[in-house]
Amino acid sequence: MKVLVAVKRVVDYKVQIRVKSDQSGVETQNVKMSVNPPDENAIEQAIKLKEQGVASETIAVSIGDDKSQDVLRTAMAMGIDRSILAKTDQLLEPLAVAKVLKSIVENEKPDLVLLGKQAIDDDANQTGQLLSALLNWPQGCFISKLKIENNLLSISREIDEGIENLELTIPAILTCDLRLNTPRFASLPNIMKAKKKPLDVIDIGELGIDTTPKIKTIKVIEPPTRKAGIMVSDVKELIQKLKYEAKVI
Amino acid sequence: MTDIQREELEYDVVIVGAGPAGLSTAIKLKQINPETNVCILEKGSEVGAHIFSGNVFETRALNELIPNWKELNCPVQNQVNKEEFLFLTNASSIKVPNFLLPKVLQNHGNYIISLSNLCKWLAEQAESLGVEIFPGFAAKNLLFDDGDNLIGVQTGDMGLDQNSQPKENFEPGINIKSRVTVLAEGCRGHLGKQVIKKYNLDKDKSPQQYGIGFKEIWEIAPIHHQLGKVMHTVGWPLTHDTYGGGFAYHAENSQLYLGYVVGLDYKNPYLSPYDEFQKYKTHPAISKLLKGAKRISYGARALIEGGLQSLPKMSMRGGLLIGCDAGTLNMPKIKGSHTAMKSGMIAAEVIHQHLTRNSSLDLYEERFKQSWVYQELHKSRNVKPSFQWGLIPAMIFTALDQKIFQGKLPFTFNHKHADHQTLIKAAEASKIEYPKYDGVLTFDKPSSVYLSATNHAENQPCHLQLQDPDLPIHFTLNEFDEPAQRYCPAGVYEIEIDNQNQKKIFKINSQNCIHCKTCDIKEPSQNINWITPEGGGGPNYSGT
Amino acid sequence: MSVLVLAEHNDQAFLSSTFNVIEAASKINDDIHLLICGSKIENLANEGKNILALKKVITCDNEGLNNVIAEKISPIILSIAKNYTHILAPATTYGKNILPRVAALLDISQISDVIGIENPQTFIRPIYAGNAIAHVQSPQTLNLITIRPTAFERCETMGGEALIENIPYIETPSQTRFINREVTKSDRPDLSNAKIVISGGRGLENADNFKLIYELADKLKAAVGASRAAVDSGYIGNEHQVGQTGKMVAPDLYIAIGISGAIQHLAGMKDSKVIVAINKDVEAPIFKIADYGLSGDLFQVIPELMAELDLLNKIES
Repeated sequence: MKVLVAVKRVVDYKVQIRVKSDQSGVETQNVKMSVNPPDENAIEQAIKLKEQGVASETIAVSIGDDKSQDVLRTAMAMGIDRSILAKTDQLLEPLAVAKVLKSIVENEKPDLVLLGKQAIDDDANQTGQLLSALLNWPQGCFISKLKIENNLLSISREIDEGIENLELTIPAILTCDLRLNTPRFASLPNIMKAKKKPLDVIDIGELGIDTTPKIKTIKVIEPPTRKAGIMVSDVKELIQKLKYEAKVI
Repeated sequence: MTDIQREELEYDVVIVGAGPAGLSTAIKLKQINPETNVCILEKGSEVGAHIFSGNVFETRALNELIPNWKELNCPVQNQVNKEEFLFLTNASSIKVPNFLLPKVLQNHGNYIISLSNLCKWLAEQAESLGVEIFPGFAAKNLLFDDGDNLIGVQTGDMGLDQNSQPKENFEPGINIKSRVTVLAEGCRGHLGKQVIKKYNLDKDKSPQQYGIGFKEIWEIAPIHHQLGKVMHTVGWPLTHDTYGGGFAYHAENSQLYLGYVVGLDYKNPYLSPYDEFQKYKTHPAISKLLKGAKRISYGARALIEGGLQSLPKMSMRGGLLIGCDAGTLNMPKIKGSHTAMKSGMIAAEVIHQHLTRNSSLDLYEERFKQSWVYQELHKSRNVKPSFQWGLIPAMIFTALDQKIFQGKLPFTFNHKHADHQTLIKAAEASKIEYPKYDGVLTFDKPSSVYLSATNHAENQPCHLQLQDPDLPIHFTLNEFDEPAQRYCPAGVYEIEIDNQNQKKIFKINSQNCIHCKTCDIKEPSQNINWITPEGGGGPNYSGT
Repeated sequence: MSVLVLAEHNDQAFLSSTFNVIEAASKINDDIHLLICGSKIENLANEGKNILALKKVITCDNEGLNNVIAEKISPIILSIAKNYTHILAPATTYGKNILPRVAALLDISQISDVIGIENPQTFIRPIYAGNAIAHVQSPQTLNLITIRPTAFERCETMGGEALIENIPYIETPSQTRFINREVTKSDRPDLSNAKIVISGGRGLENADNFKLIYELADKLKAAVGASRAAVDSGYIGNEHQVGQTGKMVAPDLYIAIGISGAIQHLAGMKDSKVIVAINKDVEAPIFKIADYGLSGDLFQVIPELMAELDLLNKIES
């Protein structure tokens, strides 16, 4: 089974993001960038499948500028076999990303595509589902458990009411929740080995896909700040405040 | 975890720390001989994450290392164009005329920079020359051979829980064997501390001296912003028997680098360097700059101030100790970046000779003495010690020493005490009442730590080790009112009452640690030993 | 202009998110239709037609639509999409799972998790876990939007006279088989739309101690939430997780107990009307956004709280 993993380079989750004063977006210059956290779970799962002998080859794909090579190197340092950078300096909407991924999927012919369930920058939570529809493949979104037997995927997915268990045939798209696994550290020797692993760069222009954004961002602003209230001295005072001041109980 | 099999990597040179010293060593090595295998280990999550500095930068070393830096998009662009030195009293300020200032305090030709950004740029230059840089990897232990020669370092294990047991993602550290190990961890590096002790590198030297430096980055209103302006202050709020002073540098993007340094040889255990800094901002000379401004970053780091008298031997069998890890900072100049870089470049030359001709690394001492770093440090050596007489006498002496005698007085003052020995007993000290934080100019520690983007992986061994776990409560609390509660700029140490038995406990919130090393320096009994936590943890400074 | 709202339901009743989404729809236009896909949904249809804002209730009733499979619902939506300028779904796992499929097949860029509607073409949505707010404009002739339910009020559920229309089911060969759902049964209100939420964090120390949270929740007729740390440590199931990658809640009252207030958690609850924080660490970040903070040992505070609430109830009755 060939497994493809989509990886996005995003602002590191530990960074306190700042909105640019001209309201054009979030400051990303000189800011630490990393692999999107749920994508790390997708990478880990792909590597696990290879270790279990289920996957014969694992490939990581990223769409972005040249700097996205570092998330692909991280993926390979964790254990992914090879990677592809679909190079573009444009910021792509999820729909365009899905179309690019579709093109790569049609070329590479994987049996399974793993993605993180959502990117922590735009929080769109669409790409896996979009890709699934474009390919007309079954989708398993927000998975927290995966078992593969006889080319059948048994997944548990996290829904608002609890857990849903589904069975999918391959080829399929799965989007990974943070609870799927614990991503491994890339060890130094593996980082060294990863430098020799293949990283192919393709120009998005060569794929003949219209990636023009359909939605325009007018402005990006800070959310209204919530200020600290007061410290109460004891439970009695808290109840009084909640009952007679805030009137919420 | 000493009994597991560890993988090994071999390099000609391994450098600990991707700061200005380490990066300069690496770049110079590759310039001399591109075939040299060099790697740099950096405990921060990326290069620059643990770089924290004022910074008014003198380009002398950069000019030597990469002469065409201007054409290479180097983030050294904001030239100093205005300079002010103020003596602050609690209500006003007195400007010291620039012509009265010694040359060390004149910044014409220098640049206001973010050292973190400069290191990122230096790292790019290094990598393009083939240096391998590994951020997120902490050098945990030194490796020695049977003859006690330094033969490399061991990286820390990743994925250990708080009881040092392997978690699901456990990854053992590896041994990096190298012909030369360069320690460039910055001020009070934990490995530097070990080699100084092991090889007696500080024999016959004055005790080392330190300060703690705070800095906040503020986005200020354009009307108050003067790009390229440098301001230094002494006096208020510190009393005259405490060494320290403040700075305000006007940087690009309408930013102000606002900071404060307090000498760690302070005597009063009730002194809180953090609160002195917060108080400082309320002085009209400073607060007027902050009207309508927004604080976007905070951090703190110990600075090494002992100068030439305290500078240890910088070479040992198999290794070199450079930059602030040794103590090349020029305190009166308030600069250490250019000297750190030069110390690294000298190291590269000595290492190259050692690798190709097997000459001794001890040649370093000689080469260092011939360099402009030594001359500079020699010239300014008597300034810091003069401050033991108090602020005013020191200022007068400094003017004489630097302007009239050009630093050539025929004697050298020594530092009498190590910083941890200077505290007077709490019973004999007067408590200091610090004003409450107003949330506009002054802030509490947790809000500040929040702006350093500090993060440590949860559930890992505590990296702040107490030699005697009972000492804080049984001794330090009574004797000195446990000053760790105050000298730590991140609120790591707290005295709490256990709910069950009403006993006092010394709580360590190691998660908040911003790797400043002040506790390792100032703890009166030297009871706290800072070791490196899991790689990738600590602050994530940006633009500092 | 015409708006289609995808109803979220459990075959017997609408989930409250549906009412929030209809309210959002009314900010776009008053020609609102509700699409109910499911099996044996006549009762739902009848309930739906009473919703004041609706002009039409469209039903697709078929056994094949039992147990929501995204691949089966999307063709249904697709079959009537061209009649609308806007199609709205709740930004719950239900809506998030389904709507992008429709968007892909229509070659439309979906707008996710909208919290405000400025006009029929301009929408407001959070990015970076709500640390920044984006105002976006979409000139697309059809817009597909998921709506954050907690950002909108409940619509009026009575007084309406909508028409009911049936549309044919479209058989889709499916490579997905539904096995089962492990729903956490509860008499407590649903976390996503409860008026009061009591949340526990790592301070509870173990799963057993979480019963304190449940007891307090029962006293206040509240839902139970949790921080990611508590869920990861196994104290409580993931369906209780509040945060950037869990549920977004905006109750009238949110009581955070033993939760330090990591930014990822705050992202999920900072829109609550009143926030109370109980934590023994007085420097915990949560106190910075709490309207009322109480520093103390939760193992003492919770029993005290319950005793005081009992007293209050006695006084009132």
